[in-house]
Amino acid sequence: MHPTATPTPTSRANVIPHGPAPATPGADAERLTGAQTVVRTLEELGVEIVFGIPGGAVLPLYDPLLDSTKVRHILVRHEQGAGHAATGYAQATGRVGVCVATSGPGATNLVTPIADAHMDSVPMVIITGQVGRALLGSDGFQEADTCGITMPVTKHNFLVTDPDEIAATIAAAFHLASTGRPGPVLVDIPKDVFQAETTWRWPVQLPLPGYRPTTRPHAGQIATAAAAIVAARRPVLYVGGGVIKSEAHAELMQLAEMTGIPVVTTLMGRGGFPDSHEQHLGMPGMHGTVAAVGALQRSDLIVALGARFDDRVTGQLSSFAPNAAVIHADIDPAEISKNRIADVPIVGDVREVISELITAIAAEQAAGAVSDLTAWWAELDHLRETFPLGYDWPADGTLAPQYVISRIGAIAGPDTVYLAGVGQHQMWAAQFIKYEHPRTWINSGGLGTMGFAVPAAMGAKAGRPDACVWAIDGDGCFQMTNQELATCAIEGLPVKIAVINNGNLGMVRQWQTLFYGERYSATDLGTHKYHIPDFVMLAEALGCKGLRCESKEDVDRVIEEAMATNDRPVVVDFIVGKDAQVWPMVAAGTGNDEIMAARGIRPLFDEE
Amino acid sequence: MTRHTLSVLVENKPGVLARVSSLFSRRGFNIHSLAVGPTESPTVSRMTIVVTVEDSEMEQVTKQLNKLVNVLKIVELDTDASVQRELLLIKLKSDLTSRSQVATIVEMFRARIVDVTPDSLTVQAVGTSDKLEALTRMLEPFGVRELVQSGLVALGRGPRSITSTSRGSD
Repeated sequence: MHPTATPTPTSRANVIPHGPAPATPGADAERLTGAQTVVRTLEELGVEIVFGIPGGAVLPLYDPLLDSTKVRHILVRHEQGAGHAATGYAQATGRVGVCVATSGPGATNLVTPIADAHMDSVPMVIITGQVGRALLGSDGFQEADTCGITMPVTKHNFLVTDPDEIAATIAAAFHLASTGRPGPVLVDIPKDVFQAETTWRWPVQLPLPGYRPTTRPHAGQIATAAAAIVAARRPVLYVGGGVIKSEAHAELMQLAEMTGIPVVTTLMGRGGFPDSHEQHLGMPGMHGTVAAVGALQRSDLIVALGARFDDRVTGQLSSFAPNAAVIHADIDPAEISKNRIADVPIVGDVREVISELITAIAAEQAAGAVSDLTAWWAELDHLRETFPLGYDWPADGTLAPQYVISRIGAIAGPDTVYLAGVGQHQMWAAQFIKYEHPRTWINSGGLGTMGFAVPAAMGAKAGRPDACVWAIDGDGCFQMTNQELATCAIEGLPVKIAVINNGNLGMVRQWQTLFYGERYSATDLGTHKYHIPDFVMLAEALGCKGLRCESKEDVDRVIEEAMATNDRPVVVDFIVGKDAQVWPMVAAGTGNDEIMAARGIRPLFDEE
Repeated sequence: MTRHTLSVLVENKPGVLARVSSLFSRRGFNIHSLAVGPTESPTVSRMTIVVTVEDSEMEQVTKQLNKLVNVLKIVELDTDASVQRELLLIKLKSDLTSRSQVATIVEMFRARIVDVTPDSLTVQAVGTSDKLEALTRMLEPFGVRELVQSGLVALGRGPRSITSTSRGSD
């Protein structure tokens, strides 16, 4: 069991009792303003922390928030920071992340983190202020059509025009965000609705007649899947972020060990199965291990558990795993057969699916079914022994970024929560840190949002104050959102940030090296050439400790010093070489068989 | 590409039409026609959506529609097992000599003349797309001043109702 597991980590904690609302309020019915109703509802739902920034249209909400002893407000420096912080909080704890912003620019600044949470199925509730009802649609000051703008990037959104509906709407938002396939749900509230008086009613009836997620898997499909699993000669468990969201890691372990089937974990699924386990082949996909990619390509049965056959995993879809039958279990029916046709579709909560598969497979095994995977494992062992993850030290004597990241992982250990921005450092953090527990790896997978790491780390630390939180960031990403370190310093959230500073937009530069004839258009940030900004001075200015490391000999010492600093956030400026590349790699648009273990080395292709 | 007719029960709330049309446009599903109106229940609206998609894509269309929180129920209506109708209004140039010829055609199609002036008349017709197309072809030679056509609406044949089991928040 995870030693620092959170107290109530399941998304089910936020289910609202479906009690009918009293038809007529009693004589002692409590009168509250709309804004007081919002705060009371958040308290009833067990919300501990909201991230936000006030402004004109949410001023009425911020007034009663000042009096709440249960809900802590963390004042961020930019609304994008509030959104990513809510994601970091949600991904680290399993609870719903909450953020607040004002109308117009406050709301539009949240669009990126909302889209990010939507792509990665993060349970989040966003409360935005809106201009008063009389001004709606009139291009009023700080008016934006927040519901219209966020419609394609939310699971659902609401515009509350009746103060009597505030409590039920917010309760519905939490229910939607945290059940079924989780996602962001926005509640837009006009200023005069906050100010209007209403009668407090609790519990509430959820106004969701069209929302009935399927969590129990179909028994017939489970039986079919179990029979296919025991009959397969080259099976793979393809594990995605859904396993972490449904808290199915213990069940997954049991399923893997009772069947002996190899496991691959996607970028969003890292930590769902321990990296130290001998059945774990690593991450599949564009920058996955040769063994994980090869296992899927040569498989005769892919068991997809809370994964969605994203293009970064499949590569060219037409040549992905050509001989594999597919069992696809997901809570979202629309993911099944969206990209790859499933032979055995299973709609349901992946924890329930795995539990029932375990029972069904145990019955098959008791009836004498034996799966001999010896030949399969021999092939996969050969792949992972021949092509382990690795890296070369740069010829120019600069520090290898992979070394820095693997040392952070080794020193901070498997109970630390790691986050990353987007780019080379993200891939290296996914590859070279060893994850043993769910919710210890948090990143922006689907949307690929640069600047995610610092604010998400702030949210993770707020949700798990006792955990060590390390963000692996790039010098490009860090310059997008580092202002939230001021928030961290002031609010007592001592996160640790490793800036993997190669002076460039590294991943873009890598593509320019490989595919654009080494023509480096707009990728040099000048952080090396001009030392602008000086990240150590910037860190100190933001109330953090700033450290710098330029040589291999200093790496461990500097990491130790950062580990020992817990009275304020720490930023370490690791000056690394600009020519390090992420390998293995499946080039965009090509098939997974074309995976290159390193530049020019195509293991699967060469062996056939 | 095949044409499919979907009957979609949705909550009668502001913005639902925008949710549905936005979904179709961002997912690249091709809407041929869309009609929306009230039902026997004041809290429920009914959309009839005609989509032109590959058969393999149809499953995604219904699954994605089902994910919309305001969508209560989706039924695909088979052309043979349902009554499908569109409404056509067409304003023609017409004078003393052509008016009786138009009237004859209108009679043949069981349509009606609903407005008439010395130099124009307006024909109203209800029917399937094929019938309305045929009528339009027959009337075109007289000179079309204006034409407007509704989206298709449809009900399954027989006594069953798709609305009867759709309500409730179980």
